[in-house]
Amino acid sequence: MMTTKKVIGKEQEEIEKEYKEYTVLSLAEYEEGLRNGKLLGLRCASCGGITCHPMPVCQWCGGRSLARVELCGEGELMTFTVIRVPSEGFEEEAPYIPCLVKTKEGPCVIGRLDYDTESATQELIGKQVKMSGTHTCKGDKFSDGAHTCPVFKIQE
Amino acid sequence: MRDVAIIGIGHTKFGRASKTSLELFSEAALQAVDDAGVDLKDIEALFQGAALPGFEEGQVTPAAFSAAELNLGGGSIPATRYEGACASASIAIREAAEWVASGQCDMVMAGGVEKALLMGTLFATRIFAMACHAPTEGPAGLTFPGVFAMAARRYSKNYDIPMDKLREQMALVSVKNHKHGASNPLAQFYKKMGNLKVEDVINSKLVADPLTVLDCCPFSDGAAAIVLCAAEEARKYTDDPVYILGTGQGSGGALSKMDDLTKPDSRIKSARMAFKHAGLSPSDIDVLELHDCFTIAELIALESMGFFEWGEAADATADGQTESDGKIPVNMSGGLIGKGHPIGATGASQVYWIVKQMRGEAAKGNQIDPVPEYGMTDTLGGDFGTLCHIILGRGK
Repeated sequence: MMTTKKVIGKEQEEIEKEYKEYTVLSLAEYEEGLRNGKLLGLRCASCGGITCHPMPVCQWCGGRSLARVELCGEGELMTFTVIRVPSEGFEEEAPYIPCLVKTKEGPCVIGRLDYDTESATQELIGKQVKMSGTHTCKGDKFSDGAHTCPVFKIQE
Repeated sequence: MRDVAIIGIGHTKFGRASKTSLELFSEAALQAVDDAGVDLKDIEALFQGAALPGFEEGQVTPAAFSAAELNLGGGSIPATRYEGACASASIAIREAAEWVASGQCDMVMAGGVEKALLMGTLFATRIFAMACHAPTEGPAGLTFPGVFAMAARRYSKNYDIPMDKLREQMALVSVKNHKHGASNPLAQFYKKMGNLKVEDVINSKLVADPLTVLDCCPFSDGAAAIVLCAAEEARKYTDDPVYILGTGQGSGGALSKMDDLTKPDSRIKSARMAFKHAGLSPSDIDVLELHDCFTIAELIALESMGFFEWGEAADATADGQTESDGKIPVNMSGGLIGKGHPIGATGASQVYWIVKQMRGEAAKGNQIDPVPEYGMTDTLGGDFGTLCHIILGRGK
């Protein structure tokens, strides 16, 4: 008597149907938000914390239930520096000011500070800042293309 | 798990090299096997730190080529490149120790190599910045001096130290490390800048406010290598084995996700892991080689590892507590600032100089007296991305 051999393997359609993407807010979407004047982040359903820039899990508790949220773009200047010896590709921009800002919603973001490089001193730290635009770095042969960061301005 | 010992060490002169990376590593490797009194064929695996060989010489899989050129183990042994930016060699040594401890191998070689000086400042600054978080810190135009300049400003703010005062205190780290580098015949700045003054550091060229060029370590070429074996076999080869008593490793993410730039969690956890593994605490350590890529980095490292309370390392340094006769002698080799920083080799260089201290063979002016019983290395890769600690002892 003939026995039917069990066919092993999975239908291609089924594999495609099952494939799932986990990213709630991609870096490209985050940067597009910046260029539209919006600082986008993620709110965690578990702890309520805000993650910005986006990550696959909550930056505070590792929670995985995240939803998009818009931040107000305001915060406190935590620190900065004036880059005088730049990397290759940044020669024409120097001197310039990278900065770290603690947003009102909690997370810190890296960006640029729009300020006169020769009068930027320690006293600026702790001042309130607001996102005033963006800076786009066109990228070089070692990067995957252009990337955008927020630009902040001191609120007088 | 078995105890592990270091039985041989090698170290090229740091600075500008005309040799290739393969040749540099071979020099260090040959010194190490000769020092151990073993044959290249006795080596069963190679663990090599190399951070940026693809950009320096267009070379990947450097470990395989090194093993082949040296005919390690008689050929075709496992040879792996480890990359953790400036901590590459330390994580390579840590892995090597694990392989011996597990019984997988009885004798292995670990070390590292880098050729960063030939790239020039602009290009080297670019590729070193690859260890920053490319998507967010890239467009901000952060450089490595920039990262630590931001940390220095935060240190001043956190502890209410006026920036002028902090700049003087940071300068003292450079003065100390250059003093010892100038006494170290293998250092990039041997016989140079041994009498640096605080004003020299403060008045040198600004790289990233408030750090000047003399707050920074140099770009360097160089290699270092060590031979490790099971502790019970060590005395067959040497009267002065140095034992690996504990190791730790930690990782960090993008700079903006850190709670405080002056308190890197990756370093705190890595150091604690190493102390726990060794059953020791900071007060047991007699000599320390730590990652002074910038003057402020030495202060942050000392506090994160628990040698001083938060905010007290700057005053302690000014007080001489990190000098050869102080509470904890730090970077008696000259550190990265005085000795040079061929990034992929640095962790192995740090281990080399701790072993030299334990043998009483560090250069005059740098050797501490009495010979240290316990020593420790601290290596940082990236902007707190990869941290590694190794605790060494003359006894098990």
